[in-house]
Amino acid sequence: MEIPKSFLGYKRENGRAGTRNHVIILPVDDISNACAEAVANNIKGTIALPHSYGRLQFGADLELHFRTMIGTGSNPNVAAVIVIGIEPKWTKRIVDGIAKTGKPVEGFHIERTGDIGTVMKASKKAQEFVMWASEKQREECPISDLWISVKCGESDTTSGLASNPTVGNLMDKLEPLGVHLCFGETSELTGAEKVCATRGATKEASDKFMKTWSAYNDFILKEATDDLSESQPTAGNIAGGLTTIEEKAFGNFQKIGNCKFVDVLEPAEEPKKGKGLYFMDTSSAAAECVTLQAAAGFNIHLFPTGQGNIVGNPIEPVVKLTANPLTVKGMGEHIDCDVSKILSREMNLSEAGDKLIETTLRVANGRLTCAEALGHKEFVMTKLYRSA
Amino acid sequence: MATDIIIHDQKDNVGVVVVEKITPKQDCTCWIMENDTSSNIQSINEIPLGHKIAMTDLKEGDTILKYGHDIGKVVKSIKKGEHVHVHNVKTKKW
Repeated sequence: MEIPKSFLGYKRENGRAGTRNHVIILPVDDISNACAEAVANNIKGTIALPHSYGRLQFGADLELHFRTMIGTGSNPNVAAVIVIGIEPKWTKRIVDGIAKTGKPVEGFHIERTGDIGTVMKASKKAQEFVMWASEKQREECPISDLWISVKCGESDTTSGLASNPTVGNLMDKLEPLGVHLCFGETSELTGAEKVCATRGATKEASDKFMKTWSAYNDFILKEATDDLSESQPTAGNIAGGLTTIEEKAFGNFQKIGNCKFVDVLEPAEEPKKGKGLYFMDTSSAAAECVTLQAAAGFNIHLFPTGQGNIVGNPIEPVVKLTANPLTVKGMGEHIDCDVSKILSREMNLSEAGDKLIETTLRVANGRLTCAEALGHKEFVMTKLYRSA
Repeated sequence: MATDIIIHDQKDNVGVVVVEKITPKQDCTCWIMENDTSSNIQSINEIPLGHKIAMTDLKEGDTILKYGHDIGKVVKSIKKGEHVHVHNVKTKKW
């Protein structure tokens, strides 16, 4: 298959391109959710991103909170942002961070005004933003403007056999075209960590990966009251035939094909070393991982599943693929790309990779994903430790 | 060409059932993906889709190889054609 050289995206002020054109209402903290949701209810075509945190956090955990907030607002799939927080200082810090992209952003704080007054002021601005954004047109963008993140979930042996290698095949074909790629799931590489480390493009990248993985493993050994054997593999994984965390890890690892990673990113950190594959230190929980990748600027997500994970994200479209024919049959409304014919030897990996590239480009051009059509908007902040 | 079992790597001592299930004493066809060759095996148990079958006799302490890599140890001896899962294989991590 000849891979198209372009897609239709929204060009942004900072030179990036979006596959979506969202106007978001971003609460800085948990207690501002009500206000943000009221604004989104008033002004059609906007979406609120409620979440559970943002008060009394400190240190690295607070930095991650800001990085996730600013990164989400800065994502090229977002045209404009309303930020609402309880107090002015943290609200302003997020507004200033997003403003660096050049996109319209305005902050509101609730103290001294109350919910009702804030909702009124923020709604007026949100209406202005959404009407402005509604005139944006899709334009031809080079395929290198795609920033593709990947994460698998509810994996079973069909994931390692077929759907994860399909993503790997796509990576092998798109990496030479200059796209950005990202995989994560530090915990789920356990058992394959040494082999994964050999896939660093430089010794520096390999060492950084081993350091990141070891820090995670030390944390598990220190904090865990038990080992991970109760949660890794999950009950869903075991039902699907996965026996050990090593088996799951080598299956997971098939997603990166033959690519080498150029750098290791902190959670929600924007890649800075140009095109190519990045590893991000993330949780393996689906919504947390996708939220972090979206906050790092990735504009389309590929999600291979075995038993049928149904996750979505409010700003980054999540494309699902599966090779499990029972999942296609039982919950087809969640599957954007069916590669189950690999198992019956009616389709090879290269054909499956081509089919996934075609699906990815259709979604990049605007086709809704199953998760979008079904209203999945899981926005889940990663929290490193308890608040003060 | 349809297959009942897929084996990733020639070195692997387990294969994965890729049909809805295989039944006891079924003569199954296997596809080794790495070199695109075929082989056969007779099953001992019923094994559902996605679950593993032993391609050889395995004794306690043996290493299970899949994707050509070590994915755990045998904790209860396994006969060729038997279901391989959490009841007879454990991680080496913990």
